[in-house]
Amino acid sequence: MARAVSKNAKIGYTIAAWTVALVIFFPILYTIITSLKTEQEAIEGFNLIPSFTFESYQTVQSQNDYFKPFMNSVILSVGSTILALIVAIPAAWAMAFSPTKRTKDILMWMLSTKMMPAVAVLVPIYLIFLRTGLMDTRIGLTVLLMLINLPIVVWMLYTYFREIPGEILEAARMDGAGLREEIVHILAPMAVPGIASTLLLNVILAWNESFWTIQLTTTNAAPLSAFIASFSSPQGLFWAKLSAASTLAIGPILILGWFSQKQLVRGLTFGAVK
Amino acid sequence: MGQIVLTKVRKAFGEVEVIPGIDLQINDGEFVVFVGPSGCGKSTLLRLIAGLEDISSGKIEIDGKDATDAPPGKRGLAMVFQSYALYPHMSVRKNIAFPLKMAGMSEAEQNARIENAARVLNLSNYLDRRPGQLSGGQRQRVAIGRAIVREPAAFLFDEPLSNLDAALRVVMRQEISELHQKLKTTMIYVTHDQVEAMTMADKIVVLHAGRVEQVGSPLELYNAPANLFVAGFIGSPKMNFITGPEAAKYQAHTIGVRPEHVEVSKDGDGWEGKILLAEHLGSDTFLKVACPVVGEMTVRGNGEMGLHHNDTIRLKPRADRIYRFDDKGLALK
Ligand SMILES: Nc1ncnc2c1ncn2[C@@H]1O[C@H](COP(=O)(O)OP(=O)(O)OP(=O)(O)O)[C@@H](O)[C@H]1O
Ligand SMILES: [Mg+2]
Repeated sequence: MARAVSKNAKIGYTIAAWTVALVIFFPILYTIITSLKTEQEAIEGFNLIPSFTFESYQTVQSQNDYFKPFMNSVILSVGSTILALIVAIPAAWAMAFSPTKRTKDILMWMLSTKMMPAVAVLVPIYLIFLRTGLMDTRIGLTVLLMLINLPIVVWMLYTYFREIPGEILEAARMDGAGLREEIVHILAPMAVPGIASTLLLNVILAWNESFWTIQLTTTNAAPLSAFIASFSSPQGLFWAKLSAASTLAIGPILILGWFSQKQLVRGLTFGAVK
Repeated sequence: MGQIVLTKVRKAFGEVEVIPGIDLQINDGEFVVFVGPSGCGKSTLLRLIAGLEDISSGKIEIDGKDATDAPPGKRGLAMVFQSYALYPHMSVRKNIAFPLKMAGMSEAEQNARIENAARVLNLSNYLDRRPGQLSGGQRQRVAIGRAIVREPAAFLFDEPLSNLDAALRVVMRQEISELHQKLKTTMIYVTHDQVEAMTMADKIVVLHAGRVEQVGSPLELYNAPANLFVAGFIGSPKMNFITGPEAAKYQAHTIGVRPEHVEVSKDGDGWEGKILLAEHLGSDTFLKVACPVVGEMTVRGNGEMGLHHNDTIRLKPRADRIYRFDDKGLALK
């Protein structure tokens, strides 16, 4: 009896999970489908079977080179994430392994900056970029994206580091490890999965960031998010082309996410304690 | 060698004084058990000896050398933690090798020691697994393996068996005792399990609120507890304490009678009482009895007596096994 019930529950969960996954994925799927339609089909209305034409992709590529914004996206997302990690790893490390009374407050304060809508600081940042000549430069945008995601990076790393059980570090100390050995042999390997998932998540966040990239770039530093936007304006809306541009923009990150699923799910600390 | 001497060791966490000042000598090769109720400072004392916690004042000597300020890795002690604290990203072999690697030992020597430890602890087939792929008992053995390969001056155990189920606990308890007989290395073992304390120890240190109440062999503590606390803590079920006129008959403020030192009869001499609860364990029966003269008593009866709830019985303490205490709770001689 018990088995039958749990088997039913399993089927139920599976169906529910697939349904939720499909609902969440549907907009992306529909974008891909639309990108394979002709412009005529695209405006006709809801239709799941496209005519599988690559017409829109050709137009998109000829109208606006894909390679440059793609490279910009790579540089901005990877660059800002690496910069953020360089700043955040020592910060999170200090807060996790030698906390003070104020550590919690600092963390809350950092997170609170994410609660403010980005538009609120648009004018000052726009002016700073304009005056310092950072407008439409990769370096300016990389630093900005790094600053925007920094609170999240610190928080993620902090929670991962906190999960490393203190008794393991004490065991290493008993075993004769000095601070350097403790970091090299115990802490770093145990922190790697956490750092890897933070890195991946932030590359994705930076890749998808569109508010600042659209405001602060024109052509030089414009990444793929700005590339999509450029198809939505002047001559009215072209759904198929817009979808093709979107598909090109999200494609790389989707593939990256797919292949790094394992990294995103950490299970390495399990079994160490208890 | 593994002699450890504590002199006036005191520990305070901020304002809170957890250990007000302990003097204690642990001799080479002894199996010493720290027991006491939860929160009495057993773990803290062990961690002070290990060097994981700094002492507020006092002195710790290991093998005659002052180790008060030595870092944990330099004291020559190995510790087995309650949570095992294995390195999750390393194989069992690497876990056991870690202290040897830190000591800069040659690869060949490392392997010889690991193989040997694995054989002693029945881990030979698991050397290439990760800790996450082992059962609780196996993880415990790996933790012990990591401790023994170093050939330390002393082993420190902090409730190492409390995460295991009852049956496995008995097995591991015996394995640790056998290991001690084989290695003859000093072991300090923290537990709040009486049975572990009584069966494993050469010497028991009873702690209460950061103070040593008594130090002695298990039988010394059982036969001659120094005060009410030790009398009540050692022995299971607990000793019965009687005050008032009955105690005065023995020229004491309080007398103590162990459940196993009472003769139970249906109609003989002694205090009359009514059975509140009878627990039949087969070999023994534990009775909770309400006696109008001396209050509630727990006694051990014969397994086949056929006594039940509400029966009236008589309890006669064995005259030679009555413990006497003065008004401060100290044992009277
Ligand atoms: N880092 C610390 N900061 C402040 N107080 C502490 C700290 N560690 C322990 N204590 C306090 O010291 C006292 C003794 O703690 P300890 O862990 O030594 O008890 P224990 O005898 O091992 O108890 P248990 O049997 O529950 O493990 C407790 O009251 C505890 O609250
Ligand atoms: Mg403890």
